[in-house]
Amino acid sequence: MTDSGTYLYAIAQETGEALPDGLTGVAGTPVRTIAHAGLAGYVGTVPLAEFGEDALARNLEDLAWLEATARAHHQVVDVVARLAPTAPVRLVTVYAGDGQVRELLERRLAEFSATLDSVAGRQEWGVKVYVDPQTVARPAAGPGTAADRSGAAYLRRRRAGMRDRDDALRRATAHGDRVDAALSAVAVESRRHRAQDPRLSGRDEWMVLNGAYLVDAERGDEFATAVAALRGPEVGIELTGPWAPYSFTVLESEGVPP
Amino acid sequence: MTYARSSQGPIVPTYGHQPANLGDILERVLDKGIVIAGDIRVNLLDIELLTIKLRLLIVSVETARELGIDWWQQDPWLSGKQHRLEEENRRLRHRLAALEDGARPAAAEEDDERKERLWAGRASD
Repeated sequence: MTDSGTYLYAIAQETGEALPDGLTGVAGTPVRTIAHAGLAGYVGTVPLAEFGEDALARNLEDLAWLEATARAHHQVVDVVARLAPTAPVRLVTVYAGDGQVRELLERRLAEFSATLDSVAGRQEWGVKVYVDPQTVARPAAGPGTAADRSGAAYLRRRRAGMRDRDDALRRATAHGDRVDAALSAVAVESRRHRAQDPRLSGRDEWMVLNGAYLVDAERGDEFATAVAALRGPEVGIELTGPWAPYSFTVLESEGVPP
Repeated sequence: MTYARSSQGPIVPTYGHQPANLGDILERVLDKGIVIAGDIRVNLLDIELLTIKLRLLIVSVETARELGIDWWQQDPWLSGKQHRLEEENRRLRHRLAALEDGARPAAAEEDDERKERLWAGRASD
């Protein structure tokens, strides 16, 4: 029974390039590599007192711990992705030891290699499109109608109000679709993620697009130019990245290994 | 903006200048990339609860409904009733464990409430 485990951050093509000196990951532990058959697993040794089953169940519910761990995990992934084609592994994937990671690399070699080939030389960009509900709203019913207090006039105003609202929503979502189509033309692949809550985005406008785009590294400039050209008085666009290709290396679990 | 132009390359990321937004990071590290079962099995129920909280943070029901997104209605985990049941279940297991350990159940309750406050506090940030 040991008191430590092997934390797996990412799987990458083995390039032989050295990690920056003193690179640390979750819980401040050093990052090292496990090389096998042309692949490299980026790992660290973590205390089970913090990353064991019971500890994780507790810690994952602690937002401060989660934030520190997520940022540390992301930083390692980010550094590795600058060295080689990389597939990030989900947060808190912990093995009993290095041997199990080597076994994993062996068992799923073909699958991992194919995924890494598909992202080689490419970067992920995040694009969020915001539309201010006020600017897409059409002016309300014309002057004079407010004085008309008949039931028919009320219903007319109400119908017009609902129509205006539907129009505003349609126009808002059309902005998102238009940006997505234009950027997908520059990208190799694209994904639309769920819109973020205003509390998370920190913005009051409607998020009509939360997209991820896998772009050839040499077309990054072109992509940024395309984003800039799509901005407009009704459309706010936020560009983030380059990210490691998180959204384009999604592989589900093979289930419980034998 | 998180990139800058350099003389020799098309785009050079200026890492570290602007820490990536926590929401963007969580969205990626929890939900994307390779999902493998490690040897350390995290309690699935707890993970699901965490994910629910994060999902609720990541999309507001109102905004989603306005935009015609209704994925949470098809997701039994996210229908409020199921969520409350699971939450209740967890609380009961928590109390049972505390009782079996001979610990004070009140402490566990307080702990739960503290966590709830933490989430509520974060949510209003």
